[in-house]
Amino acid sequence: MAKQNDIKFLTSTRVEKRQKKYCRFKKMGIKYIDYKDAEFLKKFVNDQGKMLPRRITGNSLKFQRKVAHAVKKARQMALLPYVTDLLK
Amino acid sequence: MATQNLQSYELMVIFTPVLAEDDYKAAQKKFADFIKENGGEIVHQDAWGLRSLAYPIAKKTTGLYWVVEYKAATDVNAKMEIQMNRDENIMRHMITRLDKYAVEYNGRKRNKLSEAASA
Repeated sequence: MAKQNDIKFLTSTRVEKRQKKYCRFKKMGIKYIDYKDAEFLKKFVNDQGKMLPRRITGNSLKFQRKVAHAVKKARQMALLPYVTDLLK
Repeated sequence: MATQNLQSYELMVIFTPVLAEDDYKAAQKKFADFIKENGGEIVHQDAWGLRSLAYPIAKKTTGLYWVVEYKAATDVNAKMEIQMNRDENIMRHMITRLDKYAVEYNGRKRNKLSEAASA
């Protein structure tokens, strides 16, 4: 039976390293998230208009909360829909 | 009275789209004067005009947006709330308190706009 180490693969089995997520607000030094520009907030909302979780957006907890507040304010003022399809 | 420390606020109002142009301006002036009378001062006014809403409000799909950044004492907002709830031209309004980063952000954004305009 072929032992483990003498099985050779054509390509290397090393899985490509996933790029480490970073919080864009900390890196770029953004301090205030404006609820008025809906275009920017659309990055944090999926195409049904629902907010994306932190593990997808990669935001730190502090800024994810600020984004959440901004999105909810934008929804209140009809800049962003509560629920829709094909938002993007 | 002691000089109250003026908090900076931002008011966003959606008027019904049926308003004519001059009624729209008159409504803006009414609230701007209301703030000034009560000892507030308007930092910046920005009328976005007619915009389509993300979802219908009061059976209307468009609205006249108006954004005001102003400094006022803390009790002015309550009085203004009553005025706005009574006013039937206003479909929806929201007052948000601006912290120092927000004020700085708005300032920077205005400078960029004015530079772009002048450039």
